[in-house]
Amino acid sequence: MTPQNPALRLQVIKIYKELLFLVREYPLGYDYARPRLHKAFMSQAGVDDEEKIRSGIKRAEFVKKEIEALYYLKRYRALRQRYDKID
Amino acid sequence: MSSLRILVPIKRVIDYAVRPRVNKTNTAVETAGVKHSMNPFDELSIEEAVRLRERKSTPVEDILAFSAGPAKSQDVLRTAMAMGADRGMHVLVDVDKTGDLEPLGVAKLLRKVVEDEKRNLVILGKQSIDDDSAQTGQMLAGLLGWSQATQAAKVEIEGDVITVTKEVDGGVETVKAKLPMVITTDLRLNEPRYASLPNIMKAKKKPMVKKTLEEMGVDVKQRLKTVKVEEPAPRKGGQKVEDVDGMIAKLKELGAI
Repeated sequence: MTPQNPALRLQVIKIYKELLFLVREYPLGYDYARPRLHKAFMSQAGVDDEEKIRSGIKRAEFVKKEIEALYYLKRYRALRQRYDKID
Repeated sequence: MSSLRILVPIKRVIDYAVRPRVNKTNTAVETAGVKHSMNPFDELSIEEAVRLRERKSTPVEDILAFSAGPAKSQDVLRTAMAMGADRGMHVLVDVDKTGDLEPLGVAKLLRKVVEDEKRNLVILGKQSIDDDSAQTGQMLAGLLGWSQATQAAKVEIEGDVITVTKEVDGGVETVKAKLPMVITTDLRLNEPRYASLPNIMKAKKKPMVKKTLEEMGVDVKQRLKTVKVEEPAPRKGGQKVEDVDGMIAKLKELGAI
């Protein structure tokens, strides 16, 4: 099977790699996150409609933002608990 | 109108999510084989420096990230450059030989860097999450004779006048000063961006200067002696009482009534 649009294929690989890098720090562990990430991408492997691929990439971008926000909040809350005295 | 030449000193510390363990001899915290990352307060200062540039009100000429510590400190410098610092400078400290740096030693090192690199703004984290000294920024401002704003929650700049909103007990305090200036960051200053993979790759091409302590020619002799390091006492669990009389008896026993 040859990909119809190589540019889109590259974009998918790029966002997959970025997510893979991001979940190294996942609170439940890399071993938890990596298979799930892989499964999520593999479940979409058969999609060949360009519009659908684009919306899939958008969803991946959204997940990336969510994970970044999760990390930020987790750290912010931990530090707040340690350093801010709440009466 | 002068442009900003910012220095952001950063420290590599034990990751905030790791539970620190005291070593067997009760002299320090175990660091071998423990995950390290950039001090979270220093991430805030990098982010603020980058945001000052993005705000475009006063031009930022250069953002220099600085770290003193073991060779692995270069990793956190790369992270800082991935977040937006232009250059890095690493001073190698052989902890086995000279011991850990103390706030005064670091402040003197930073004074040297400020003078050599002609900085006019230093943004530091208010404290590191390992030593929790919260002294370096203040000492640096004292050594340089510059204005200082600690625990910044908001930084506004107009020309060469900086207005900083500081977090103080029970409220905020607003101070205004002209450059040059030392600012230390508090938790609510901004939301640091995540150093993404492509940016980390790009950061590998940014210049990093490596120096040794001897080259800096600064007296970093240890003046403090760590007497003992202990884990905090474990929390005692609560107790259930049968009835009101039981509770009163217990309170009396504890001397509460």
